[in-house]
Amino acid sequence: MNDSDIKDWDIAKKEIADIGNWKGMFEWVEEPHVSPDGEKIAAVVKTGDMEFGVCENGTPWESVFDKVWYLRFSPDGRLTALVSDAGEWTVAVDGQTWESRFEFVWNTKFSRDGSGIAVAAQNGRQYFAAVNDSPWEQTFSDMSNLTLSPDGKSSAASVQTVAFGESDIFKFQEGCYSAALDGKAWDMNFVNVWEMSFSPDHQHLAAEVRLNLYDYTVAVDGIPWEQKFSSVWKPEFSPQDGSVTAPARIGGGWTLVRNGTPLWNSRFVQLWHHRYSPDGKKIAAVVSPHFGRWTVAIDGTAWTHNFGDLVTDLVFSPDGNRIACVGKDDGKWTVSVDGQPWTGGFDMIWRPVFSPDGRRVAAKAEKNGRYTVVIDGQPLKEEFRAVWDPVFSPDGEKILICGIEGSGEKYFRQVMRLADI
Amino acid sequence: MTESALKAESRKISDEGLDKGVEKLTPAKIEQVINSVLANETGARLKVYADTCVHCGLCSEACHFFLSNDRDPSFSPAGKVKQTLWEILKNKGSVSPAFIRRAAEVASTECNLCRRCAMYCPFGIDIAYLMLVIRRICHKLGVMPQYIQTTAHSHSATLNQMWVKEDEWIDSLMWQEDEAREEIPTLRIPLEKEGADIFYSVIGPEPKFRAQLIYQAAVIMNAAGLNWTMPATPGWDNSDMCMYTGDNEMMGRLKKAHFETAMRLKVKRIVMGECGHAFRSIYDMGNRWLSWKMPPIPVTHAIEFYHELLREGKIKIAKKYDKAVTLHDPCNIVRGKGLHEMSRYVVNQTCENLIEMHPNREHNFCCSAGGGVINCGPPFRNKRVEGNKVKAEQLFVAKTKGAKVVIAPCHNCHGGLEDIIHHYGLNMELKFLGDIIYECMEKK
Ligand code: SF4
Ligand code: SF4
Ligand code: SF4
Repeated sequence: MNDSDIKDWDIAKKEIADIGNWKGMFEWVEEPHVSPDGEKIAAVVKTGDMEFGVCENGTPWESVFDKVWYLRFSPDGRLTALVSDAGEWTVAVDGQTWESRFEFVWNTKFSRDGSGIAVAAQNGRQYFAAVNDSPWEQTFSDMSNLTLSPDGKSSAASVQTVAFGESDIFKFQEGCYSAALDGKAWDMNFVNVWEMSFSPDHQHLAAEVRLNLYDYTVAVDGIPWEQKFSSVWKPEFSPQDGSVTAPARIGGGWTLVRNGTPLWNSRFVQLWHHRYSPDGKKIAAVVSPHFGRWTVAIDGTAWTHNFGDLVTDLVFSPDGNRIACVGKDDGKWTVSVDGQPWTGGFDMIWRPVFSPDGRRVAAKAEKNGRYTVVIDGQPLKEEFRAVWDPVFSPDGEKILICGIEGSGEKYFRQVMRLADI
Repeated sequence: MTESALKAESRKISDEGLDKGVEKLTPAKIEQVINSVLANETGARLKVYADTCVHCGLCSEACHFFLSNDRDPSFSPAGKVKQTLWEILKNKGSVSPAFIRRAAEVASTECNLCRRCAMYCPFGIDIAYLMLVIRRICHKLGVMPQYIQTTAHSHSATLNQMWVKEDEWIDSLMWQEDEAREEIPTLRIPLEKEGADIFYSVIGPEPKFRAQLIYQAAVIMNAAGLNWTMPATPGWDNSDMCMYTGDNEMMGRLKKAHFETAMRLKVKRIVMGECGHAFRSIYDMGNRWLSWKMPPIPVTHAIEFYHELLREGKIKIAKKYDKAVTLHDPCNIVRGKGLHEMSRYVVNQTCENLIEMHPNREHNFCCSAGGGVINCGPPFRNKRVEGNKVKAEQLFVAKTKGAKVVIAPCHNCHGGLEDIIHHYGLNMELKFLGDIIYECMEKK
């Protein structure tokens, strides 16, 4: 959800639903999900014998199903679920099922603005993707790593292109996999094809590939780089010039390479999850500068402060000037912003969120079984039974907090002025 | 040829992975690969081990292969090094394709990497590590037994050990949930529940062959009232045969997927099922290859987990299991993490009568399936089973004392012990701790 899409920045506090009441209406209520604007809360509910439905803001969907799972709100606030009706599976969006029916569906993916909804699907032991109710025309004997372009216009996946007996090790090593873009497989086969990324215009696709048991590289639109490495991780396209970068292992150390040649001079014990700043000018990555230590490197230079357990959930501020990540040390989770960790550890902390001007950072956190939102290192006074990711208002003066309060099960949507906190 | 070398030659077993693998080798390629592995991937540890060994043979008494094969020195721990690494070092990597074939067979099918011998060596020389170096060389040369190589391929293509497709995994969880609801109507196997406390992770064979274990785990989680989840994506499998084929890059990729699945689900810990080698992979080798000194998300082995549930009274035993049991100690979790007293606590809390095998605890004899040996498949089955007469004898003694059931809290051990029980006509039942707990607990 884009914070500017949230209209209601003036209501101070609003009760949306009392989940406690739902429990009287249904045999059981599963874990709730909240829409990005906080206006809706929904859960899978058991409506009868072998019968399940979805309850949204206290109102059940009209249809019921044999099974409902993977209930998720899209970024544009539509409520999706994977549902089975008389043994056939499909996708339900705001209670309406797609026309396509499948033997199974899973792995829902959303485009950035939510207009694209993709799933992995299987019919007659053949695998394919379906986007907005349109299944790929070609199907494959196996498929994984389903990826939707950020604009939702294209989908891709690793697919099996050559049949082989599982015990035929030599056939496998000749390369029986490729990547398929909108259902059309690349011409070249590989031993393995793993994670992949789209170019911003969804015209190009880059994937991690293994050429034989030992040589890894990146293939862009089906053509592998000439350079080979002892391992690589997921490639990304530069938003600036369309070049492709990927972490690669060279001589026992990791660095970032661009179009096959080293971009960074520095070597790390590990390097992965690199991200471009929104303007494409900077690249940050999670790195291990020495064994057992973790931090973030920007354009090859690592922060001084590092963590012992892990670093994850790296994010750039919208203006690209700041970076935040989640880190863990001695079992305690926190957020580090520009290399400065928040003090006080948490039992869990979620991906940090920047204000539009990049000045403020907030994250959902858990301590002693209670949840709160931490803003610039300061936890809110309020504690919740459940809370969702906070959202800053476009002017950066307010923050939206959605949570289930106190001992009850009332779900509130609340806008707070940062100056009052 | 020495007598033992002759014997070794006579026990040559044909295997497509080994036979065809060596056909492609040239002496130059062998030398280049060996020297590159030795120079770039091994360090002081290998040199110290190679230089320190005084060939005293004390380690021989530790090895079930040696003891079970009439003390044939070619099966002794030092004998295995002699047939592999020492020759390689002596000849500076200039060895023949036939030598590599034999080295691959020794390292992959005649050593379980069980580390029992390291406890008997006055210098603590870790033969298992040396055998892993040989496997690494053989991987790089493309000489690996066919069956375990197939498994490594499955890991690479599906990120699980058993070619389980993405939908098949989810389907087996839903199927187990349906089955369990016949017994406990409110039971859930919560998929993709972000923020749960526990990610329950299993090994590839569970959805394929032992789905009842997932059912049982769900019943246990449910009775204990825990907030848990299972992922609906690859990364669910904690197992790792790539660790045993020497494909370290794939080992790392598998562990990355596993731990990142845990991070994505925002769980506080991974509870893993009853498996030995997977524990070694996620607690020691795989995580460290990636630069995670310790598992980034804490890992609780099933034994620790059951121990915790029983000690804290989170599950209650309605009636103890009344058949006399004996307990096998899986190498990877006793020598790897000292969980042997916890497993005894669990057995004593759930069973009337535990009859110990001797030696036990960290001195246990391996099941001879571990270290990927059982995964080398049928061609090597007889050698594996005949190479563990000592385990059969241990089991037999326990049986004469009254033990009817063998508890083995490890999947591979199950496979290995099943073959031993069958081959030696021991007629004992095999169970996981989870089977016993499920059978004896109060279910809600
Ligand atoms: S099987 Fe075990 S005891 Fe025998 S050599 Fe290998 S590690 Fe040592
Ligand atoms: S006990 Fe140690 S020193 Fe003696 S032969 Fe075995 S490995 Fe070598
Ligand atoms: S299979 Fe079991 S006993 Fe055998 S090596 Fe693994 S942990 Fe050891």
